[in-house]
Amino acid sequence: MNCFPKQKIKTLLRPGDVLILLVGIAGWAILTLSLWQSGPAAQAQVRRDGVLVAAYPLSEDRTVSVVGPLGTTMIRIESGRARVVSDPGPRQYCVRQGWLTRPGEMALCAPNHISLTLTGGQPVYESMAY
Amino acid sequence: MLHRLSLTPDDHRIARLTAAAIAIALVESAVPSPLPGVKPGLANIVTLLVLLRYDWATAAWVTLLRVLAVSLLVGQFLAPGFVLSLSGAIASLGVLFVFRPLVTHHSRWFGPVSLSILAALAHMLTQLLIVRVWLVPSPGVWVLAPVFFGAALFFGMLNGLIVAWLMQPNGYGVASSENLPHNT
Repeated sequence: MNCFPKQKIKTLLRPGDVLILLVGIAGWAILTLSLWQSGPAAQAQVRRDGVLVAAYPLSEDRTVSVVGPLGTTMIRIESGRARVVSDPGPRQYCVRQGWLTRPGEMALCAPNHISLTLTGGQPVYESMAY
Repeated sequence: MLHRLSLTPDDHRIARLTAAAIAIALVESAVPSPLPGVKPGLANIVTLLVLLRYDWATAAWVTLLRVLAVSLLVGQFLAPGFVLSLSGAIASLGVLFVFRPLVTHHSRWFGPVSLSILAALAHMLTQLLIVRVWLVPSPGVWVLAPVFFGAALFFGMLNGLIVAWLMQPNGYGVASSENLPHNT
């Protein structure tokens, strides 16, 4: 006896089931795209102790210096992206992170209490929360 | 004054089915998951079988007792995990109550897979909302929502197919109506 004749699969998955499944997959795709594919980054925000001290549009190249408890953190904004160029912190994590290009990305210079965050046109969900 | 509890055949049936669901859920809780909250939920196969072979009230009993018993057995009773399981179960049961007629009255068009997917999505949505409001009050929770809903869709479909397979007509499945003589 054939284990899976066509007729049996038909009764396992009925037309309405297929419809609900397709609607579910479509909804899931829309959800995924809207949550994970945020638009281009538009702004660089600099925070000291979590407080916003400055925000710059990514459309203009510039170098910014921010003073924290350990010294000066240098931030470079260039061609639609931003990075920490130098930081007095001992481990240099935020410098080694390199260029930030997408909204929600963040470089955290924790020893110097400085953070650099990119945001899009609209507020996006920060991945650091997880 | 002590009264002896009188047990109806329904009580026995609920107890038997709940035991099966507890066993499945316990085995599943021992299997590690890559992400908390993502698991197959195979015990819901029992819920769906009971819902379609008996009625909604029996399914609700079996499901709620299973959630309670499993949380006691794994030491999660009244912990956040229990609150999430319970609220997810209540949400799924609500959805199953609303959509059960779809399968019982239009079985040519809708089968267990529809119910399973809808219940899994309701389960996941409720849990995510509770996590968002209560456990992790940050919009960052939604970053992982596609993973959770993708898992709900996939495992919902899988469980639904298993239920449909078990309920095949003409005695092919263990839960075929022909194999359940006590079902009226």
